[in-house]
Amino acid sequence: MANEVLTGAQAIVRSLELLGVTDIFGLPGGAILPTYDPLMDSTKIRHILVRHEQGAGHAAEGYASASGKLGVCIATSGPGATNLVTAIADAHMDSVPLLAITGQVNSTSIGTDAFQEADIVGITMPITKHSFLVTKAEDIPAVLASAVLIATTGRPGPVLVDIAKDAQNGKAEFIWPPKIDLPGYKPVTKPHGKQIQAAAQLIKDAKRPVLYVGGGIVRAGAHLELLELAKIIGAPVVTTLMARGAYPDSDEQNLGMPGMHGTVPAVTALQRSDLLITLGARFDDRVTGQVKTFAVGAKVIHVDIDPAEIGKIRFADVPIVGDAKEVITELNTELKADLKGNKPDIAEWWAFLNDLRTRYPLGYTQPDDGKMSPQFVISRIGELSGPEAIFAAGVGQHQMWSAQFIKYERPNSWLNSGGAGTMGYAVPAAMGAKVAQPERLVWAIDGDGCFQMTNQELATCTINNIPIKVAIINNSSLGMVRQWQTLFYNSRYSNTDLNTGTDTIMVPDFVKLAEAYGCLGIRVEKEEDVDAAIKLAMETNDRPVVIDFIVGRDAMVWPMVPAGLSNDAVQFAKDERPVWEEGEEE
Amino acid sequence: MSQHVLSLLVEDRPGLLTRVAGLFARRGFNIESLAVGATEVEGLSRITVVVNVDGLPLEQVTKQLNKLINVIKVVELDAETTVERDHMLIKVRTDAATRSQVLEAVTLFRARVIDVASDALIIEVTGETAKCQAFIKVLEPFGIKELVQSGVLAIGRGSKSITEKVLK
Ligand SMILES: Cc1ncc(C[n+]2csc(CCOP(=O)(O)OP(=O)(O)O)c2C)c(N)n1
Ligand SMILES: [Mg+2]
Repeated sequence: MANEVLTGAQAIVRSLELLGVTDIFGLPGGAILPTYDPLMDSTKIRHILVRHEQGAGHAAEGYASASGKLGVCIATSGPGATNLVTAIADAHMDSVPLLAITGQVNSTSIGTDAFQEADIVGITMPITKHSFLVTKAEDIPAVLASAVLIATTGRPGPVLVDIAKDAQNGKAEFIWPPKIDLPGYKPVTKPHGKQIQAAAQLIKDAKRPVLYVGGGIVRAGAHLELLELAKIIGAPVVTTLMARGAYPDSDEQNLGMPGMHGTVPAVTALQRSDLLITLGARFDDRVTGQVKTFAVGAKVIHVDIDPAEIGKIRFADVPIVGDAKEVITELNTELKADLKGNKPDIAEWWAFLNDLRTRYPLGYTQPDDGKMSPQFVISRIGELSGPEAIFAAGVGQHQMWSAQFIKYERPNSWLNSGGAGTMGYAVPAAMGAKVAQPERLVWAIDGDGCFQMTNQELATCTINNIPIKVAIINNSSLGMVRQWQTLFYNSRYSNTDLNTGTDTIMVPDFVKLAEAYGCLGIRVEKEEDVDAAIKLAMETNDRPVVIDFIVGRDAMVWPMVPAGLSNDAVQFAKDERPVWEEGEEE
Repeated sequence: MSQHVLSLLVEDRPGLLTRVAGLFARRGFNIESLAVGATEVEGLSRITVVVNVDGLPLEQVTKQLNKLINVIKVVELDAETTVERDHMLIKVRTDAATRSQVLEAVTLFRARVIDVASDALIIEVTGETAKCQAFIKVLEPFGIKELVQSGVLAIGRGSKSITEKVLK
């Protein structure tokens, strides 16, 4: 049978359908117009028209992070493509499987500074896992199949496919499946048996082991294997900002989040450990603090799918390249055979850590200005919503409080911009998450600053019936920056006041803004009204909901390790450092 | 700091050189020299890069290079099992009085004269970096007007080929 002849544009749509894509976020323009025509007829793909391409990118990220599937966004050439850049960079930092498709000017015009021409392949080279420029219709199926394979396998990441307009308009035989020719791409997923044995030996010998768990566990879907490992060895677990939910918070072995705003027990566990069992984590500076004083007494087992992460920041005594799921499965088999049901004796270690837990629990104080405490609001959102909900945060104080005060029980329930710290992530990411998991309750917990960067996607939500809930933790300021000004710049508040609070001119009025977008807008100023507002939001599903929570602006995120300092300098409140027993202080 | 010669087998794709060079710049690795060209296999190119790094970063360079999708293989060539060559074209000022001295140096270094003018010679020299540098030293007093050189080219000794396993 002869192959069907399709236009490049039809081939794009057909290929995406055959690759299992069901949802795309995007916004058309000249150079991608040919593709939008057959897209209109697709019964398999739902295209959601965003209000800004950055929103399309973050929505695709939220879609991917909530579901573990590929996220897809699409934009036109030039400014459409450059508007995707922030989201692509974000996906690159947080290893999100993302396919970004952009239209490009006709191949014959490339390089002439044609209207809306931008070298988006060049621009995004440092922030993509890979990219393709397509100039011929016949190349489309193979390129899209390759792009999806690269984005979703190995260490996931963003792949950009830039398709010239004449390639979309050209015709070619449609051949499926296409031949994928990637001789240089062979991710290693199976670990070395010897390394597994070496790791097991270190684990058996350790007196102060810690499971240092990163976002790789979430991406690999290795949470059940991790739980089994933790139970086999009985070691404490710390979950990084990217790994919240990878291990249940309700489990007694979980010490919480390590790092700059980590719990005292989690930070100290890493610091005093003699063995870091590092699983899909990358020794980010926000976790290690000053690297040369980080966990100086610890040996390191480092498991990662990306060989380049191993030894990049910290020497690994036992490096294991492989897929976390496969590695941990093999490690569990090895340990079970070795230990025969006995756990290594680490009672002394637990006694030390449990003492820290009782002495330094997460907590907060009531703001002096009589306003609500942001931590209280966020705790209540978590408690009333429960572990099946999805929480997407912006970047700043509210993000850290959301990581600290919401109890996560399952992976993919916590979405945030960890590596890039992209303000504006929350609303579109929540939108994408809700599209991927429509049956789940999806919250965007956002700052008054972040919200103003991408809130136009509320229009997208209302019109496309994507009923997300937005909780604005409104401290009328760029709170996290303000916190640093309080601590490190003599309380000189240079350009961090946003005037969104009730005692200011309130521009914008978030409730009115919500209403203008067709959302239910609610303002909450008193703690006794918090629960009712959250419940109303949870019951309202015919439109998105925005709650403007007016909170105290002087609340700070604690504990904190000041940037660049040793984790030993962790403070659990302003000017208060944990007290070590005599002789313990290093 | 130490010098290392890396040999990259790469797919000959548009933008490949940008990807490789960009990676070096982005990760803060210094390129001493770089030479690119086609190989015996159609569609594959070979890049020889000389980098100045310490032990640990070198591992980072090779790992990061390996992550580039169009890079098929990265090997470090160590001096003992490798043949290395530099290739230079040198324009030297000469006149009737100095020409014979310059020609003598050319013979000594087994270089070749490839263009002659009344007041200059163009000389071609090939060899290990050290030899080429020594040759330049000798020519300097006469006046080097122009110097162009390839990056170092390097290939492993013996019958094995870097492309062998890849092509199966
Ligand atoms: C796009 C972008 N610009 C600037 C910053 C720097 N920054 C980090 S947190 C923050 C404040 C965010 O304010 P808000 O959204 O109100 O959150 P809050 O800290 O008050 O909870 C800023 C400006 C950033 N992370 N991202
Ligand atoms: Mg704020």
